[in-house]
Amino acid sequence: MFKYLKQLTSLVAMVAVLFTFTTESMAAKKSKTLKNTQKKGFVRCGVSQGLPGFSNADAAGNWTGVDVDVCRAVAAAVLGDANKVKFTPLSAKERFTALTSGEIDILSRNTTWTLSRDADIGLTFVGVNFYDGQGFMVRKSSGITSVNQFKNGISACTNIGTTTELNMRDFFNSKGISYEPVAFEKADEVVAAYDSGRCDTYTTDKSGLAAQRTKMSNPDEHIVLPETISKEPLGPVVRQGDSVWEDIVRWSLNAMIEAEEYGITSSNADSMKTSDNPAIKRLVGAEGELGAAFGLDNEWSLRIIKQVGNYGESYKRNIADTGILPDRGPNQLWTKGGILYVPPAR
Amino acid sequence: MNFKLKDLGPQLVTVIAVVLIFGFFTYNAQINMENRGIDFGYGFLSQESSFDVQFSLIEYDGSHSYFRAYLVGLLNTILVSVIGIIIATIIGVIVGVARLSPNYLINRFAAYYVEFFRNIPLLLQIFFWYFAALRALPLPQDAEAIFGVFFLTIKGLFVPAFIWENFNIFLYSIIAAIIAIVVIKIQAKKLQETQGKQTPVFLISIGLIFILPLLSFLIGGVNLSFEIPQLKQLAATSFVYDGGLSLPPELIALTLSLSLYTATFIAECVRAGIQGVSKGQKEAAASIGLTPNQVLKLVIMPQALRIIIPPTTNQYLNLTKNSSLAAAIAYPDLVLVFAGTALMQTGKAIEIVSITMFTYLSLSISISILMNWYNKKIAIQEK
Repeated sequence: MFKYLKQLTSLVAMVAVLFTFTTESMAAKKSKTLKNTQKKGFVRCGVSQGLPGFSNADAAGNWTGVDVDVCRAVAAAVLGDANKVKFTPLSAKERFTALTSGEIDILSRNTTWTLSRDADIGLTFVGVNFYDGQGFMVRKSSGITSVNQFKNGISACTNIGTTTELNMRDFFNSKGISYEPVAFEKADEVVAAYDSGRCDTYTTDKSGLAAQRTKMSNPDEHIVLPETISKEPLGPVVRQGDSVWEDIVRWSLNAMIEAEEYGITSSNADSMKTSDNPAIKRLVGAEGELGAAFGLDNEWSLRIIKQVGNYGESYKRNIADTGILPDRGPNQLWTKGGILYVPPAR
Repeated sequence: MNFKLKDLGPQLVTVIAVVLIFGFFTYNAQINMENRGIDFGYGFLSQESSFDVQFSLIEYDGSHSYFRAYLVGLLNTILVSVIGIIIATIIGVIVGVARLSPNYLINRFAAYYVEFFRNIPLLLQIFFWYFAALRALPLPQDAEAIFGVFFLTIKGLFVPAFIWENFNIFLYSIIAAIIAIVVIKIQAKKLQETQGKQTPVFLISIGLIFILPLLSFLIGGVNLSFEIPQLKQLAATSFVYDGGLSLPPELIALTLSLSLYTATFIAECVRAGIQGVSKGQKEAAASIGLTPNQVLKLVIMPQALRIIIPPTTNQYLNLTKNSSLAAAIAYPDLVLVFAGTALMQTGKAIEIVSITMFTYLSLSISISILMNWYNKKIAIQEK
């Protein structure tokens, strides 16, 4: 009797184990990062040490910016709460090591997507959340209005460990100008050195120039030259080897951009559930089973739109309204003359 | 060979533990890198670096290899360390002796200097010299010439460049002078030991080191001219000095802060060394008729040095290692150029960090060996 009872209990236990395994979705099982994130209860996100408009902390330690919003979107999709993010400020030098070593799970830190970074060092870029290009800032009083006025012996302040350093060399070499590169580890020190007159020009991504200009002792004394010397597609990065997590981050960003395209905003998202357009209904979770593919529920994208907003809202809140770059330029939807074009969520 | 098992046991356990721990770390790193698709290898060292460096002792630009960039960083580290060690030693010795001065003003001043500079974190001092002190310097167009040829500006110190003709002959004359001095010194010592005669070696040496190079100018065909920096306009309000040599403000700030900081510790070593020689030694030396100079040179210093050298070696090592704080103010040392830019551009974190660590280790060990050799030389010769 007892013998059978013992067998029976072990059978029950086995079934129970099997059952719990099957309720856990295939995707979640495959993605270690997703499982760990859900277990921890927060998304670990690497950001900059302070770049207004992209990732910047206020006095109370609240992070804002378009890069920050990507992480918030993932948190909203995965954990249901856009505030469940732990931000780690990283220097340009530390950022990739922090990601590959597993200290963070998303790197959303105005990072340029290049071939060698994508292919070489164990990283995968999931998309572009800001199309940028490298430019130069000079003092207005210098009378310089174009990069063609640069002369031999010019000193240029910049950050180390960025594509900026390489582009700068390509640019000055192609123009045949000798220059003095002064490269600092932290952006604040670059700004301080340029501001004090150590350098004649300050070069980095144009969005960065616009943002740092607001930190100068007298922003009106400086201008950003019109020329753009490089392509800098900035976007979030994940570790190579977890394709489910990669998809979640990619589609969290895409959902924000597509939401803007269909006119879904944080305020009207709920009412859009009854829309006639099936594409809108899919995006707010009223139709289809899109979330299941990542091991998420069907309202993942609805939560992103409600809690973080669509891309246009994020841009307006962080970059346009703060006076950094009121003109969206290439970061406008493809339907409105920009180059933001994401694959359809279906 | 009479090892006992009980002596050997703990040693063996330690060795095995060390091997296992290192083995585990290596294995762990390998597995993790493989999982993340990161290749391991030093092949990148021969690739083109494609980034420029502000200040270099050897010819370098972005078309050279990463290995060349490594050398640039290493030489810049050595440069700032060597200059720093020399200045720190000079200031340290002066301040150390000054602290023992019977003159109240001098010894108080020295004491305040030591207490002030050694109790402020070095990084803050570097920031102070770079972002506060040097920032107060004028822009190139406003700079007043010092002696008509030096220009100290916010963009650096611009000095005249030397333009030599027949530089090798000048170099030979200096080498000849040094050899002659060494020979005279040995002869003088012999003369002193055999006949008790004293030779004014110091005066003769000074004469030689000036006269021989001077002769090379007069009859050797050596010629030296200077290229004086000229103000050059880049834009309406933007100027720089062209021609001549420029010392970047980053180098000046770093050397200044490293030397002033380390000098305080060296000063304390020197003071301890001199105070460590018992008073009786001085009195005994004076009683056998040595002049105060001879007392210092022949009796006090040889004994004091034995106390001074070992802790001063530590300070030299500290200075060399502290020079890696250069990255904070854009001085292109090994950490900024190689463990900074090169690491970022290649993503070879483990390789580059291990090379950098090994390089600092080698530098430190070289200084240690040199100082230990010197220490042995001046140590008591037990017969």
